[in-house]
Amino acid sequence: MTEKLSEVHGPYFGEYGGRFVPEPLIAALDELESIYSSVRNDPEFVNELNELHKTYTGRPSIITEAKRFAEHVGDVRIFLKREDLNHTGSHKINNVMGQALLAKKMGKKRIIAETGAGQHGVASATAAAYFGLDCVVYMGEVDTERQALNVARMKLLGAEVIPVTTGSRTLKDAINEALRDWVANVDTTHYLLGTVAGPHPFPTLVRDFHSIIGKESREQMLELTGRLPDAVAACVGGGSNAIGIFHAFLDDAAVQLWGFEAAGDGVDTPFHAATLSRGVPGVLHGAKSYMLQDKDGQTLESHSISAGLDYPGVGPEHSWLKDLGRANYHGVTDKEAMEAMRLLSQTEGIIPAIETAHALAGLKHLASKLPAGANILVNLSGRGDKDMETAGRYFGLIGDK
Amino acid sequence: MISVEETLQANKDSGRGSLIGYYPAGFPTIQDSVDALVAMAENGCDVLEIGVPYSDPVMDGLVIQQATELARENGFGLSDLFEVIRAVRAKVETPLLVMSYWNPVLAYGVERFAKDLADAGAQGLITPDLVPDEASKWIDTAKDLNLDRVFLVAPSSSDKRIVDNSGASKGFVYSVSTMGITGERANLDKLAKQLVARVKDLSTQLTCVGVGISTPVQVREVNQYADGAIVGTAFVKAYQQSGLAGLVSKTKELATGLG
Repeated sequence: MTEKLSEVHGPYFGEYGGRFVPEPLIAALDELESIYSSVRNDPEFVNELNELHKTYTGRPSIITEAKRFAEHVGDVRIFLKREDLNHTGSHKINNVMGQALLAKKMGKKRIIAETGAGQHGVASATAAAYFGLDCVVYMGEVDTERQALNVARMKLLGAEVIPVTTGSRTLKDAINEALRDWVANVDTTHYLLGTVAGPHPFPTLVRDFHSIIGKESREQMLELTGRLPDAVAACVGGGSNAIGIFHAFLDDAAVQLWGFEAAGDGVDTPFHAATLSRGVPGVLHGAKSYMLQDKDGQTLESHSISAGLDYPGVGPEHSWLKDLGRANYHGVTDKEAMEAMRLLSQTEGIIPAIETAHALAGLKHLASKLPAGANILVNLSGRGDKDMETAGRYFGLIGDK
Repeated sequence: MISVEETLQANKDSGRGSLIGYYPAGFPTIQDSVDALVAMAENGCDVLEIGVPYSDPVMDGLVIQQATELARENGFGLSDLFEVIRAVRAKVETPLLVMSYWNPVLAYGVERFAKDLADAGAQGLITPDLVPDEASKWIDTAKDLNLDRVFLVAPSSSDKRIVDNSGASKGFVYSVSTMGITGERANLDKLAKQLVARVKDLSTQLTCVGVGISTPVQVREVNQYADGAIVGTAFVKAYQQSGLAGLVSKTKELATGLG
């Protein structure tokens, strides 16, 4: 029982995780697990990935203190980990470069990916272009409409984007379709899963590839402030950027960890995506974790203004951290998130992704629970350029068409 | 009540072979699905496989996805499953398995689901997204109630997994013919034949082949090397196109592939 929280590597996180997939996929998961465990501590692989991050991704990402924004939050200092400055505009590239390198090592010539907001799809298409791989991205039809700009980016990068017209036509169904493709093409294809959900080893390897966010910012905070932050905050959909920044702090018991979920119209309405706040444990997309479901075990549709958080599941490690009480999860409504998006834009000159704005909006709630003068580290997981149409319409900034 | 295993074995011994027919509960309505399953049993299916409509069916192709989506839109709930089983059981003695993705079973409660399944008159459960590695509770429960538990093997399965999955199964082990999702295929993979040969070599379990079978010729071919042919999409499609009459003639047609 002395095992450190940060040293749990699956397939189970407490009772969560596992592999609930059809038998045809097991061999591919075994292959992935075996390749990954052989390279994860191999200096050659680690150096190759570090070099890519240094010369292509743009790492390490900087930290910006948001002083004017903090005045609106409370008596706290707020530090933004600038994952929005990565190539392709979000944290997603960290995982994508790692998995694309793994795909190359496995000799797979084709990658497939699911995407909600389009950020993971764009990152996957980018890596495919860089490594010379074929790339197919599955995207719910609803999302292709609200994120049309990212569809164009993926196509320009040479990827094929397939709109998914079944089910709720959002991220959840894009994952189903990617899994169906993978079952049929597993010999030639790597499924480049974009979040810390799915069957083992995905939650572990995606976490590991994003853990660089927390490792860098832990050192940066020590250097900047001379101590660890009092709290670390991030938005949570599937949970990749949150796990990425949390992981280096899991065993620092004094550092509070806060995940902010999409509460849509409110967690007490049927229109939200607050899986950890309002869901119950179940099996979705290959893992046991909290999820939104009805009494018959049918997955419920989630609702959020943010396509990237509009997901009725969440990574199993978050479910475990919630049950342990190590991390806190709290819902933020569409309205609160959009207000935070505008506030950061106008106080700091940084336009955050709507996903990220959920974490920013949650800071008021968090600040009220911290002592005066506390330091909060926030993962600024993505930039908001892709959301200009949604924001323009929401704030009435674009004239009638 | 004759078991799935006894049925398959008797049909094999007599040289007839077996046809296992899949049809989703509640498609397009509860009563229609009862009538459909009864008709399939009366016209040539040796074992019935009742599908549970589910929101995220990752093993299924478009035809079954659309059918099960319609069943859910028309109000299918899990309690209806047991009504369908009861109603079919009241009319025919054909052995009957349920095919369900795992989350509905988990949400209902594994023990409660198993008990209600047995009480309603079904013989067991096929679990497309539950591998034996994750199934200890289900296996224990099924053993207590003497229910069949059908796990999958695939062309990609290692020898060890073929041994384990066949060993964990009761009734038969489901050989997935091809690396892909449900739906009709003109050419049945030779992978199916190789897979069945491996199952026969590595275990004593009966095995039926599913995914992609839609013609009497395929039913005959599969029964030459395996213990039964599983058909789903072709039945659903026949019903979509021509209703109960279409389903009846498709069942009769496929049964001509039996010896």
